[in-house]
Amino acid sequence: MITRRFFANGADRRIFITIGLLLGVAVLVPILNIALPPDSAFHVPSYMVALVGKYLCFALLALALDLVWGYCGILSLGHGAFFALGGYAMGMYLMRQIGDRGVYGNPILPDFMVFLNWKELPWFWYGFDQFWFAVIMVMLVPGLLAFIFGWFAFRSRVTGVYLSIITQAMTYALLLAFFRNDMGFGGNNGLTDFKDILGFNVQANTTRSAIFAASAVALALGVFITWAIINSKYGKLLIAVRDAESRTRFIGWRPENVKLFAFTVSAVMAGIAGALYVPQVGIINPGEFAPANSIEVVIWTAVGGRGTIVGPIVGALLVNAGKSWFTGVLPEYWLFALGGLFIATTLFLPRGVIGMWDHWMATYRERKAAALPPSAGTPAATTPQQREWQASATGGAPEPQPAE
Amino acid sequence: MTFLRAIGLLLLLFATSGASAQSNETALRETIADLSSVKNFRETEEIVRSLGATGDPVVGRVLNALSDGNVSFRKSDNVVFIVSERAGRAKLFDPISGDEVGEATTTELTKVKVNNGLRRSIREVFATLTLGSPNPAVRQQAADTMFISPDPAAIEGLDAAIAKEDVASVKQRMVQARAAAVLASDLPEADKLAAIEVIGARGDRSALSLLVSYQGRSEGALREAAASAASGIESTIAVWNAAQNVWYGISLGSVLLLAAIGLAITFGVMGVINMAHGEMVMIGAYTTFVVQNIIRTSYPGLFDYSLAIALPLAFLVAGFVGLVMERGLIRFLYGRPLETLLATWGVSLVLQQLVRTMFGPTNREVGNPSWMSGSFQLGEMAITWNRLWIVVFSLAVFALLLYIFNRTAWGLQMRAVTANRRMAASMGIRTPWVDAFTFALGSGIAGIAGVALSQVDNVSPDLGQGYIIDSFMVVVFGGVGNLWGTLVGAMSLGILNKFLEPYAGAVLGKILVLVLIILFIQKRPRGLFALKGRAVEA
Amino acid sequence: MSKSGTILYLDGVSVSFDGFRAINNLSLVLDRGEMRAIIGPNGAGKTTMMDIVTGKTKPDSGEVYFNGEIDLTRHDEADIAMMGIGRKFQKPTVFESHTVEDNLMLSLKGPRSIFPALFHRKTADEVRRIDDILGIIRLGDKRHMLGANLSHGQKQWLEIGMLLAQDPKLLLVDEPVAGMTDAETEETARLLKDIAKTHSVIVVEHDMHFVRELGVKVTCLHEGSVLSEGTLDFVSADDRVVEVYLGR
Repeated sequence: MITRRFFANGADRRIFITIGLLLGVAVLVPILNIALPPDSAFHVPSYMVALVGKYLCFALLALALDLVWGYCGILSLGHGAFFALGGYAMGMYLMRQIGDRGVYGNPILPDFMVFLNWKELPWFWYGFDQFWFAVIMVMLVPGLLAFIFGWFAFRSRVTGVYLSIITQAMTYALLLAFFRNDMGFGGNNGLTDFKDILGFNVQANTTRSAIFAASAVALALGVFITWAIINSKYGKLLIAVRDAESRTRFIGWRPENVKLFAFTVSAVMAGIAGALYVPQVGIINPGEFAPANSIEVVIWTAVGGRGTIVGPIVGALLVNAGKSWFTGVLPEYWLFALGGLFIATTLFLPRGVIGMWDHWMATYRERKAAALPPSAGTPAATTPQQREWQASATGGAPEPQPAE
Repeated sequence: MTFLRAIGLLLLLFATSGASAQSNETALRETIADLSSVKNFRETEEIVRSLGATGDPVVGRVLNALSDGNVSFRKSDNVVFIVSERAGRAKLFDPISGDEVGEATTTELTKVKVNNGLRRSIREVFATLTLGSPNPAVRQQAADTMFISPDPAAIEGLDAAIAKEDVASVKQRMVQARAAAVLASDLPEADKLAAIEVIGARGDRSALSLLVSYQGRSEGALREAAASAASGIESTIAVWNAAQNVWYGISLGSVLLLAAIGLAITFGVMGVINMAHGEMVMIGAYTTFVVQNIIRTSYPGLFDYSLAIALPLAFLVAGFVGLVMERGLIRFLYGRPLETLLATWGVSLVLQQLVRTMFGPTNREVGNPSWMSGSFQLGEMAITWNRLWIVVFSLAVFALLLYIFNRTAWGLQMRAVTANRRMAASMGIRTPWVDAFTFALGSGIAGIAGVALSQVDNVSPDLGQGYIIDSFMVVVFGGVGNLWGTLVGAMSLGILNKFLEPYAGAVLGKILVLVLIILFIQKRPRGLFALKGRAVEA
Repeated sequence: MSKSGTILYLDGVSVSFDGFRAINNLSLVLDRGEMRAIIGPNGAGKTTMMDIVTGKTKPDSGEVYFNGEIDLTRHDEADIAMMGIGRKFQKPTVFESHTVEDNLMLSLKGPRSIFPALFHRKTADEVRRIDDILGIIRLGDKRHMLGANLSHGQKQWLEIGMLLAQDPKLLLVDEPVAGMTDAETEETARLLKDIAKTHSVIVVEHDMHFVRELGVKVTCLHEGSVLSEGTLDFVSADDRVVEVYLGR
């Protein structure tokens, strides 16, 4: 009992430390970048701001995935699609901001449309000259897609690997669609050559720092919302659906609605991450829809530890830092490393870094507690997931189950 | 028209090259030489007719040139040439062999004059020459050429040829050619109506274009008859188009079947989602590449057998990789399908990069053996040999697997393990070995799929990636636990894809298929051929 | 047969899977407040019958009425659960990552939509309900224990407690004493008899001692239809029941 309370408090404290850290970074990094002279030891170079800002967006995406995978057991292999849709919504706003400064100097039509000989703006580009409209779309489009997709999928009780496969098919279909020129999203090349955001030059240091700060704040907000959701009665229900879906159904809940809500919230978070990512990298193209991208997000979450809030953030930062290092130094070995990471994580680190740490701490505390009063021989805290992990860790022979 | 005739002539020359004609070449040359001494058109016509009377197709060249006004003789020695003039200079060609034999200025040459009457005689001679060829293929070719470029003047020659013709199919073509000529002539309406009927019965694309163009320049009953015949042909052609689409669909379906069937085995029997399945296909394709490379450098004579050699090798290589995967990785993850999915994805990345490092990132050339190249015509559809062989091959693999599953001891063990693992284990079946070899079998099948796919697709490290989502769709659509489901799933997806393509375009068609599958899963979450369970806690 | 006064009314129900007739023209009536034990060999259709009542499986033909008026074939699992039919699975199924208290809290009768759950705060009344149920199912001292760490018998009780928390009118209890010690079995029999005072209950069980201890009317199913019905003594004297189920 005491253990549990301490544990819960520990988890809560960790959340608040994370949020505090993120807010601190949001203030400090821009200051260190702008206010300090480049030769100062504490100066943060601009490329670093852009790089870490990008990682923060990935962390938000990984957190979004964790909400559905870690807490609800839905392994989505299509979260990259929501990220990319949010990115496209932002990209469309940034395209409209170019105005007549494009290569062809058309005040309304983006360059690629002029190039394709289009005469007027397609209807779905209307409104994107307004920032507020773009912001709504950043959340609405991924949210709506997730809602419709989830409504169909969860209602018909598609679960497990079947669900994973159709989410992958979803992002694949979008990939093919966005590659088409006549979709009106710039085809192959996507949207790029951005100039301004809210009247500020996207290339300027100050703007970049501001977007960095916005990313950090958005992530902090994401952490808070996830934490609030998980700790509500709904959050408990979410976990209940993960562990025993039919039980929740037979006590009167509708698991499909439970999943649908989490899936939609998660898609909106992913969309926001994408929207913050695009102005920092200066381009959005259909490649973001590639199924491989979405699976990579899964490994960030897995490495950090699914079913924890801090885990996916740590995972996204670690894996992406590794990727940057590898592509700089040993580019041809990155896929080996990534592939190895997938294998090693599932085999040896199923709980991820944070999950592993928590497990060690819990075991340690239990041993200590058990050493004091001999009667307190309560069995180690095990959830079904943990038992599964233990089975694999101890080399027990789990059995394959034919697909149903 | 001249151009088409020339093509016909060329074909004719190919078909009869080196025929008995050589013996009387001297006689021919003498007759041709007479062209230098003709006084009037009548004499020229006599020469033309006597050339035609030889029945030797080789005279076509000079007749053709004569009709076009390209025959001249040298003033100095009266030797006759076919000439090609350009800016006062003329290249000289031998009238029989067609070889270039020299040059002259135009002033050194005298042209053999022709008029329209003579041209008509030449055409007649021409027609009888080709239509009278001893080779039925040449006669048919001639008739077809005349059908495409109908000429009222040829009716007479055709009538004569039809009367003589004893090969029914060739005769039919000649009748059709005559009908085409009738349409172009000023014969009475009744004849033309009969002709339209004949052309309509022919029912192919050239008949259609003939009728459509005739419809444009006729009126009254003829116009109506042409229109109805054209629409009749259109519907025939639509049927053929549908047949062609079905064929393309079956061809795509057989590729999907090959790629998916190994997946269906591992997924159905073991519940394992193998994301590296596509890489097993790729390994099979690269095995073919290596085998062909060795054959090219060391035993070029064996090239036609390269695929037969590559098949067992690809099965063994991919099967071995699968075995290693199962023993080294997947068996630790049983019961955790989502983690298996991730780990095998990792394997797929490693395998891709490994192949990229070994063979380079670019496409590798894998050749088609002679028996797999080319195509043949079936009615209005063209069927390529490599596609046909892949369809046959995929069905053979399917039948083999069906046999293994339903008739062998190993298949019985696999089915037993699928149905009830614990019970199977307690009956003395070594379930871990069944798992390992089932996985190896699935991978090996993917490997031989790679051999087949190397014949129709680019062999690159990304080869497998292109198939993995489609294969999963097939398995999900068809349902697991039943190989027939995979067959039906692959074929129906293939055909659906190809039927959507003409209307929606290739990309949009594919997207539509994906959306349809996602919607389909709503109705039948376990696929087309799923077994109905009654376990409540699932 | 009249539907009025019945809590559960099945008439002429049939269902088949891939040609196999799991339930064959089954008719069964349970009066309000009645407890009924159902026995029968494996594959007799006991679990399938529960699937039909709880909306998991739709019958091919036949009538299924709850409370004499509601056609259960028109509703899904969640609806039926909310109407007041609770079901315990054969294999005890509780939320293993949650504490006993949270397990009950999620099962408590109340709105079942997402947004109330998102902003839900525990009320004093709920705490009292949970305390009551914990008392009934003898898990008062395990309140903060994770579901996963309960013993097999305790999980069975917790699951029964989760049904009670829904405040159902009818409980379907599938093999509640499988894998229990004798002491636990006795305790469970007492527990079910307590519950039966205020609820209608159907118990599926193989354990004849346990059925005898319940002391209620017994229905024996075989090959998807009722083979024999009456007191336990009557049923166990029936030659056909002896033949197919009890053995000589």
